[in-house]
Amino acid sequence: MVENTNSTNTNLEYKRAKRKEEMKQQVVTFALMIVFTIIAFTMVTADLDKLFVIPILLVLAIVQVGFQLYYFMHMSHKGHEMPSLMFYGGVSVAFLTILTMLVLVWW
Amino acid sequence: MSQEHTLNPEVMPDEPEKATLEGKNKFLGFWFFLGGETVLFASLFGTYLALRGSTMGDNTPENLFGLELVFIMTMLLLTSSLTSVYAMYHMKNNDFPKMQLWLGITVVLGLAFLGCEIYEFYHYVHEYEFTFSSSAFGSAFYTLVGFHGGHVAFGLLWIITLMVRNAKRGLSLYNAPKFYVASLYWHFIDVVWVFIFTVVYLMGKVG
Amino acid sequence: MSTTIEQNKGFGATLWDYLTTVDHKKIAVLYLIGGGFFFILGGLEAMAIRIQLIKPANDFVSAGFYNEILTMHGTTMIFLAAMPLIFALMNAVIPLQIGARDVAFPFLNSLGFWLFLFGGILLNASWFLGGAPDAGWTAYAPLSTTSPGHGVDFYVLGLQISGAGTLIAGINFLVTIINMRAPGMTYMRMPLFTWTTFVVSALILFAFPALTVGLFLLMFDRLFGSGFFDASMGGNSVIWEHLFWIFGHPEVYILILPAFGIFSEVLPTFSKKRLFGYTAMVFATVLIGFLGFMVWAHHMFTVGLGPAANSIFAIATMAIAVPTGIKIFNWLFTMWGGSIRINTAMLWALGFIPSFTIGGMTGVMVAAAPADYQYHDSYFIVAHFHYVIVGGVVFGIFAGLHYWWPKMFGKILDETLGKITFWTFFTGFHLTFFIQHFLGLMGMPRRYWTYGADQGLELGNVISTVGAFLMAIGAIVFLYNVIITTIKGDKVSGDPWDGRTLEWSIPNPTPHYNFTQIPLVRGLDPLWIEKTEGRKGMTPAEPIGDIHMPNPSILPFVMSLGLFIAGFGAIYQIDNPIWLVVLIIGMGITFGAMFIRSVKDDHGHHIHKEDLDKGAGL
Repeated sequence: MVENTNSTNTNLEYKRAKRKEEMKQQVVTFALMIVFTIIAFTMVTADLDKLFVIPILLVLAIVQVGFQLYYFMHMSHKGHEMPSLMFYGGVSVAFLTILTMLVLVWW
Repeated sequence: MSQEHTLNPEVMPDEPEKATLEGKNKFLGFWFFLGGETVLFASLFGTYLALRGSTMGDNTPENLFGLELVFIMTMLLLTSSLTSVYAMYHMKNNDFPKMQLWLGITVVLGLAFLGCEIYEFYHYVHEYEFTFSSSAFGSAFYTLVGFHGGHVAFGLLWIITLMVRNAKRGLSLYNAPKFYVASLYWHFIDVVWVFIFTVVYLMGKVG
Repeated sequence: MSTTIEQNKGFGATLWDYLTTVDHKKIAVLYLIGGGFFFILGGLEAMAIRIQLIKPANDFVSAGFYNEILTMHGTTMIFLAAMPLIFALMNAVIPLQIGARDVAFPFLNSLGFWLFLFGGILLNASWFLGGAPDAGWTAYAPLSTTSPGHGVDFYVLGLQISGAGTLIAGINFLVTIINMRAPGMTYMRMPLFTWTTFVVSALILFAFPALTVGLFLLMFDRLFGSGFFDASMGGNSVIWEHLFWIFGHPEVYILILPAFGIFSEVLPTFSKKRLFGYTAMVFATVLIGFLGFMVWAHHMFTVGLGPAANSIFAIATMAIAVPTGIKIFNWLFTMWGGSIRINTAMLWALGFIPSFTIGGMTGVMVAAAPADYQYHDSYFIVAHFHYVIVGGVVFGIFAGLHYWWPKMFGKILDETLGKITFWTFFTGFHLTFFIQHFLGLMGMPRRYWTYGADQGLELGNVISTVGAFLMAIGAIVFLYNVIITTIKGDKVSGDPWDGRTLEWSIPNPTPHYNFTQIPLVRGLDPLWIEKTEGRKGMTPAEPIGDIHMPNPSILPFVMSLGLFIAGFGAIYQIDNPIWLVVLIIGMGITFGAMFIRSVKDDHGHHIHKEDLDKGAGL
């Protein structure tokens, strides 16, 4: 490290600062995830109408998973075009599968 | 000799996990695998949703599930997701000891989660006589949640192996992709759990 | 591949070489041998079916045995013959076509092959261990959950193991095609066979997990007391049908798309024209892959999903005829005005177009849900899917083998014998299956082991069986051709067909490292571009340097062997819990091998540039 030139050092410092900034965002994301989870659990224990609760539960879950994917798993970074394509391909098939099991199994 | 040098450069590149061709391949291949895993879990979720009403007059989701334990488990797994983000943060800063420390915390949290799950299953079997063969609901419940638990166990073994194997030699461009991919796997486990606690436990409780 | 070196090696050394190889060219040969073996096995089962049906009330085989034969014929042909043979061609050709020295995951490539082989052996071991599976290749519950004996257990575990291998192979090809292309090989310059492999690999990635889950659930129901498909426990057998076909329909596109790719290579080469409508062909391939996931319930029209669901799936199914039609016309226009050479590979491509079109037309017929109530489970369906799978996939495999044989083995398959194979097989194929459309319309149900003398089905069945014998003769001639070519054939140049794509720029035999220098790709049909500009070979994209190659490993073989052993443990633990020990030992072997793989560094090795001239790695 000592032998590094000044310019690489500044570059390194800049990158470190950037990562630190990003890490702060991650912690905020985490806090939001915890808040969402608490809201979800509270709503269920609060005995509200289920037609009201279930859609909100699902939305909270999807947003939380979005946080995981885009912040924790870095899908928001560049270089994730192919991973996104294949992951969302999987999600589409997953969606069709679950929809089928909900509406085309019992009748 | 030249290989030693290229895999252990003096300054880590910006994204050590994707600095080599092997790393790029692993990164991409593993994401694709997660795409396939999504369909795998969707098939299990779908089966569970189709069969969750098939309780045969036996235990129902409402009387079975206790939300306290599930809440604790959720907190454990969510936190372990954050700690593995910290581990990757230190990997990018080339701070191997701190990376090991945060991975260690991740493993402890994962083990605690797994312990809770084993207790939960034991509890259902002994207190409620609710088993894999009780009803189609029982089969679907244990299969879905058990598959997730199996993933947790496999992830723990994987991370522990990586930690022990590389404890003495530190980070290099050869093992950085391995750590990165293991952390992706760990996050994916958390993603699945978010849907399990929502769809199985919370929606089960709501009815 | 390199005969000079291998002749100096003993049998043991060669065997060890193949057991541990991670070279995609050798894995291609392994897939070819494995798939070829199961193709013969499936063919023998087909012959038994046709002999049994040659006359009314025949007793060539018993009813129960007939069920086993028909189940194993379908399962073997789809999973253990067609897919591995396609993987053989993909492995042999894809890295060469995109200008790569190897695949992205050489180790996993080898693992994929061994998983397939051990899965196939496990499945076929059932013949000697109390009877093969007998619930049809679709294994519908509750027939499969209540089938006595261990036959269906072998089906479940054999397919689980070989299915894992297929998934691994799919991911490998996806990453290979994305990451390993030579400089200048953009997506829209990739040969069609590479494109179809790419789309097919994505289909594998999304389709096989559904089969994995379905097989797990079936295994749990049969061996571990769960009730997924057991109505008395609240289960529902329709879940199996959905899971099976969510996998099963993409599976037929997984089979046919590579065949489309092969024809899209063969037709331009032997018409001396570039492929007509390249962009439309790529677009049609992607569209077929996309629509392939939205049509699975057309296998379930008669289940009673209701008119709304049936209509949606019927329309989606008919929509697939559009991209397929685009392809058919593009192949015809590729030949239009071309300087056509008719040889065996071209004959298979020419035979494919009308044959497959017939299969496609009956496909639209059975896609009409109300009409399907008549066709369902009749010989009309049997005729339809053999027209697309034999007339499409098998013709494609034959075309591909004749076309790429000189690239794989350095010799051209004998043309006369090849033409005899084509004409006997082609005639036999139409004799066998065309009449089955009418047998189906006359009411002959599929999967029945016999029929009555008073049903008017005799003549049709005799014709069908005669056709099957002709196909068998064709296959035998092909086998003879392979042997005679291997013994007597002359070594040819690296470019015997005056080819257009990168694989033909490589000398014969193909070096271990494929390309001494990675080529620079300047457009579609890169070799042809260089030829038209008067150059003999490709322009290199890099100076001659050290070449990095992966190390061989026995671990893929050991991992697969472990799962094979564990399979027996899982099957027999229901009879006696002591077999759980076998299950644990098998899993222990597999996990142990995975552990070794994880902790033992594998950096590969370098071939030094000084050694390249001396023939290192040939």
